[in-house]
Amino acid sequence: MSLGLELALRAVVIGAVSGVSCAILGCFLVLRRVSLLGDGISHGVLPGLVIGFLLGGKTNPVPLFVGAVTFGVLTAWLTQAVSSRGRMSEDAGLGIVFTALFAVGVLLISRLLRRVHFDADCVLYGSLGVTLDDTWPLLGLEVPRVLFTLVPTLLLVLLFVTLLWKELQLSSFDPALAEATGVSSTLMHYLLAAMVSWVTVASFEAVGSILVIALLIVPAATAQLLTERLRSMLLVSAVVAVVGAVVGVSWGRWLDVDYAGSVTVTLGGLFAVAVFTAPRHGVFSRLWSNFALSLRIASEDVLATLYRREERSGGTATWSYEECERVAGEGIVGRLAMHRCITQALVHRHPDGAIGLTDAGRDLGRSLVRSHRLWESYLDEHFELPPDHLHEPAERIEHYIGPELRERLAGELVRETDPHGRRIPDGEGDSEAEGDPEAKAERPSE
Amino acid sequence: MSPVGTPSAESRTHAAEIDDRGTGPAAILDVHDLTVAYQDRPVLWDFDLVVERPSLVGIVGPNGAGKSTMVKACLGLVPRASGEVTFFGRPLAKMRRRVGYVPQRESVDWDFPVTAFDTVLMGTYGELGWFRRPGRPQRERARECLDRVGMSEFASRQIGQLSGGQQQRVFLARALAQQADLYFMDEPMAGVDAATEQVVFDLLRSLRDEGRTVLVVHHDLRTVPDYFDDVVLLNTRLVASGPVGTTFTAENLRRAYGGRLDLLEIAADAVEAGERSR
Repeated sequence: MSLGLELALRAVVIGAVSGVSCAILGCFLVLRRVSLLGDGISHGVLPGLVIGFLLGGKTNPVPLFVGAVTFGVLTAWLTQAVSSRGRMSEDAGLGIVFTALFAVGVLLISRLLRRVHFDADCVLYGSLGVTLDDTWPLLGLEVPRVLFTLVPTLLLVLLFVTLLWKELQLSSFDPALAEATGVSSTLMHYLLAAMVSWVTVASFEAVGSILVIALLIVPAATAQLLTERLRSMLLVSAVVAVVGAVVGVSWGRWLDVDYAGSVTVTLGGLFAVAVFTAPRHGVFSRLWSNFALSLRIASEDVLATLYRREERSGGTATWSYEECERVAGEGIVGRLAMHRCITQALVHRHPDGAIGLTDAGRDLGRSLVRSHRLWESYLDEHFELPPDHLHEPAERIEHYIGPELRERLAGELVRETDPHGRRIPDGEGDSEAEGDPEAKAERPSE
Repeated sequence: MSPVGTPSAESRTHAAEIDDRGTGPAAILDVHDLTVAYQDRPVLWDFDLVVERPSLVGIVGPNGAGKSTMVKACLGLVPRASGEVTFFGRPLAKMRRRVGYVPQRESVDWDFPVTAFDTVLMGTYGELGWFRRPGRPQRERARECLDRVGMSEFASRQIGQLSGGQQQRVFLARALAQQADLYFMDEPMAGVDAATEQVVFDLLRSLRDEGRTVLVVHHDLRTVPDYFDDVVLLNTRLVASGPVGTTFTAENLRRAYGGRLDLLEIAADAVEAGERSR
């Protein structure tokens, strides 16, 4: 294995291990709507780091972590205090607190550590790539030194969410019920803040502060778009973090750029992909369901029009394909709607090219016209509208009325004709309409 | 004496004595001289309430009357400026498992990644204590409770994909899973369809028939006489409480809804400002 490849592999492992820790905690930050608390804490811990460094020096990491966790929790507490006492929103409070604490840290460095070698760059602006050469041997392997902190940190995070799973879930979802059942959601908030402080400090040196913040927020936000259960959200966020590390380091190495940058950009890209492809709220799925809806409406318009034509002629009636397509609408939607009617055997083409309804199509057409005229009658009865105000809304709403609503409308009305004097078709076709899975699926569930 | 009411001084002392000796049942809920302030401004004044036997209690009053505040203060969700609340004769901290709570539907984020079943299971968390996970008995009970509100088929649906009425039923199922003896429900019938309202009401009645007590913050005055045994009329202070028949009167309603007491407002302003009023 070439040295370059080995370094890249180390970067992937470091990025993935710190990424999974951050992503899991990040899920709770995102769900509690305090995403930027991670950002604030990652800056607010600086005075704690300086004090820890003064006490323990470079060799002893314990005071460093104690100091960082203390100041991380202090950041969270001061944010609450400033925003409630100062009567301002929490983001303003956070902005005040973390910049002030960070500045205190900078002052401490410039006053106390001028002559000591305190590598602020290393602690705060570490970078995935800088620490790769610094290894300790373990079982015959050259293991990057930072992993000796990052792996125990990951285990701590896993232990934290496993032990306090239901407390974290309940206090994030419903703080009031949590409090009422004796789980202090304030306590959970500070425990989370303490964990975030720990993880950010452990990750700083390895991956840099920008990537830490990205890892806290982006995988969690991505996972939230894609999942419907807390467990899967945590899993998916971890997967996103790992994929981000693998893909980001790969192209970062290829282009010879800073890995922290390439991983962060990759995470942003993954989020963008999720925005477009998310199953329920994604852009694509919305576009698709809008398209499917207009297709259904267009083909239903054809069936209703053909049904009315049959009604007028008193028997079966046919129409030219071009006329049908005009009803369905110009362009691709109209053509696809006709195709849909034919493949679903709602209409059939006679040998001479004319279009007529099949039995299934006639049933659907009848229930549409029934819905239309019932709705007109209902409006007429309750709204005192002039007659020319009735057709338009009914034309739109007929596509959304299901069997149950249709029969409830019919039940409320004691009339056989619509306001224009046309007979309301009876409901015998409804059993089929009910069985149409597509029509059912596209209706809102309640 | 009515099951709900403001006790006289003697009956209070008496009840306290019985309780201390442990020889008689204490009141289900005893709220004594409760005052609540938000940011120093009092919003509920000197509120008293005693519930002595299992009943359905409607809490009504105009917007801003402090109904939700009263409930939250009883449950320790907002700090009390003064007063004390006991449940079955003891403070909340010792009685949490016997007290259930259904918050307003708007108080939670319905996009949260949990299913209807997960949500109902949360009702069992209180009895488990820290660290322990729900096991088979809890899961079975959650399933039964979902069934009782007619939501079994939606068990694995993410809660944001339920209609408002269905969400409210899930919240109720979660309350059932708590197996409490005293429930506080904050507007469980707000914005729900007629079918759900009926389900909610039937449930409330069966809870009462099982010997439980339910205090319901309620908005719709028309249904008060049908739904509740007792009623508490509230407008930043207690206006009246007692059986619906004798308490839910035009006179009391006029007192509750006929505007707030101006002097209370002025006093509240003064307390908030920390200055003597003019």
